[in-house]
Amino acid sequence: MPELVFKPKSKFWEFVGAKIISISALSALIGILLIFVFIFKEALPVFTNSEVQEEASLDKMTFKQEYYEGREAKYSWQPNSTVPKYSLYPLFLGTIKAAIIAMLFAAPLGIGAAIYSSEFASRRMRETIKPVIELLAAIPSVVLGFFALIVLATFLQNVLGLTFRLNALNAGIALGLAVIPIIFTVAEDAMTSVPRSLREAAIALGANPWQVSMTMVLPAALPGIAAGVVLGFGRAIGETMIVLMASGNAAIVSASFVESVRTFSATIAAELAEVVFGSTHYTVLFFIGTLLFVFTFAINLGGELVLGRIKEKLQGRTQ
Amino acid sequence: MKKFLFLSILAVMAIGLMANTTITIKGSDTLVRLGQRWAEEYMKHNPETVIQVSGGGSGTGIAALLNGATDICESSRDMKEKEYKMAKDKGIETYRVAVALDGIAVFLNEKNPINTLTFDQLKGIYTGAITNWKEVGGVDARIIVYSRENNSGTYVFFKEHVLDEEDFSQYAQTLPGTAAVVNAVSRDEYGIGYGGIAWATGVKFAAVAKTAEDKAILPSNETVSSGEYPISRDLYWFFNGKPTGELKNLLNWALSEAGQKLAGEIDYVPLPKERAEKNMIQ
Repeated sequence: MPELVFKPKSKFWEFVGAKIISISALSALIGILLIFVFIFKEALPVFTNSEVQEEASLDKMTFKQEYYEGREAKYSWQPNSTVPKYSLYPLFLGTIKAAIIAMLFAAPLGIGAAIYSSEFASRRMRETIKPVIELLAAIPSVVLGFFALIVLATFLQNVLGLTFRLNALNAGIALGLAVIPIIFTVAEDAMTSVPRSLREAAIALGANPWQVSMTMVLPAALPGIAAGVVLGFGRAIGETMIVLMASGNAAIVSASFVESVRTFSATIAAELAEVVFGSTHYTVLFFIGTLLFVFTFAINLGGELVLGRIKEKLQGRTQ
Repeated sequence: MKKFLFLSILAVMAIGLMANTTITIKGSDTLVRLGQRWAEEYMKHNPETVIQVSGGGSGTGIAALLNGATDICESSRDMKEKEYKMAKDKGIETYRVAVALDGIAVFLNEKNPINTLTFDQLKGIYTGAITNWKEVGGVDARIIVYSRENNSGTYVFFKEHVLDEEDFSQYAQTLPGTAAVVNAVSRDEYGIGYGGIAWATGVKFAAVAKTAEDKAILPSNETVSSGEYPISRDLYWFFNGKPTGELKNLLNWALSEAGQKLAGEIDYVPLPKERAEKNMIQ
């Protein structure tokens, strides 16, 4: 009888091992669920507690309010005032503004770099570019924020002649630096996973490299590129330290991209440490947390779904 | 490796056991440097005492005191009525001692031709009623207003004493920490900021006058200590109940001539001598 290489050992320990592994997989899932439940529980008084609602009902957080009799109605975030004001609109606007600038800056760069790296770069070049861009993701966001606060802000102000040194543009560009590697990585993966058969077919029909990439690879990888952009957008919305340092944190309602902005995430980071537990302010900050969680979760889920779809589609075609 | 880890944990625990007392100090970012300096010096003379000092803001320190998470709360402002009430509800008997003084300086960029400001002008600038330097006698340029995050004692003090509890302008840019404010003003020709007088490098102080008729006073140790400079404040230590034992020793030492001298050395303003002696616990 030949000797077995794998000898059956204790069934019990195999069972325990398998359970431990599955628990570690599940724990991430449970963790997310518990986090959401906790945040939502702390935010719940916004919907149920009349004392909280007096200062911060959904209506008051969304629409213009006349805070002082006879004065113009406005959006205002002033939680530490004698008349506390909890308008989320300026914060929402600030978050979106910073994220949009980040995308306008990062998407062309990230996608362009991905096209070059996957289609045109020589093997050696590619093996240099890819890790270097991905290294950007390893820079701690506080370092990027510090860079934007000290160097980038002065540079932008001098070049563009801006009134406000710290503004949405400054924060957006710094955010963009954090987002580029995400877009690059996902888009690059999408393009390199376009099947060889598609490229070869195009080449056989006489296409040059530019035509191959523009007419064949890019359209096939488009959903993947879109997913990269969407995931990047999710990161831009949730990123905290960069905007806290680089944006100036003034809660203003304006369409200008060169005025200061205050984002959801920076507001939580700046204010949560000080609030009295269970106060209206505390509740509203957790409500903002819930909103952020829902936003980024939906965005990331959307991105992942698209990514899954494209992989299926491409693999389906090759078979 | 594991053995090493185990041994070091053991060592830390042993040190913990050997020391008789551990005192935690937490709170104001304005006071944290002073607290640390005092702690270092005190531990040098009293090696059996371990003092841990951390910042986070006056609000954070007060919350910690109310939750029983710290022995001493450092605060650059008095507790609010609401906080006193919460302390009472939790059965905490707050004991407040002024341990040093601090002036809040108004920072201007060194290129700014303005040198003096009145309370009214400051209030106008910070509430947004005045938006151009021209309106206070300067150049025709937009005033860039820098402020602190609303968890800082400096913010609350400025709001109470200079703004008369009115809201800050929505254009006021809030930065994390006085160092960040100083840094921003030093790089921004039309910027204005405020913070403790211990902090400023690369910016100039504005002389502040209570009213247009009064003499404008520059912040300095002497003018703050004498009460001449109008934006000055007490820096407090809060205890849970009248301190006894090692806490009392630490407090009395901080208020002693040596402790106060140390405060002066690192740019805080020492209490006038008779006041410091009065605050000591017999």
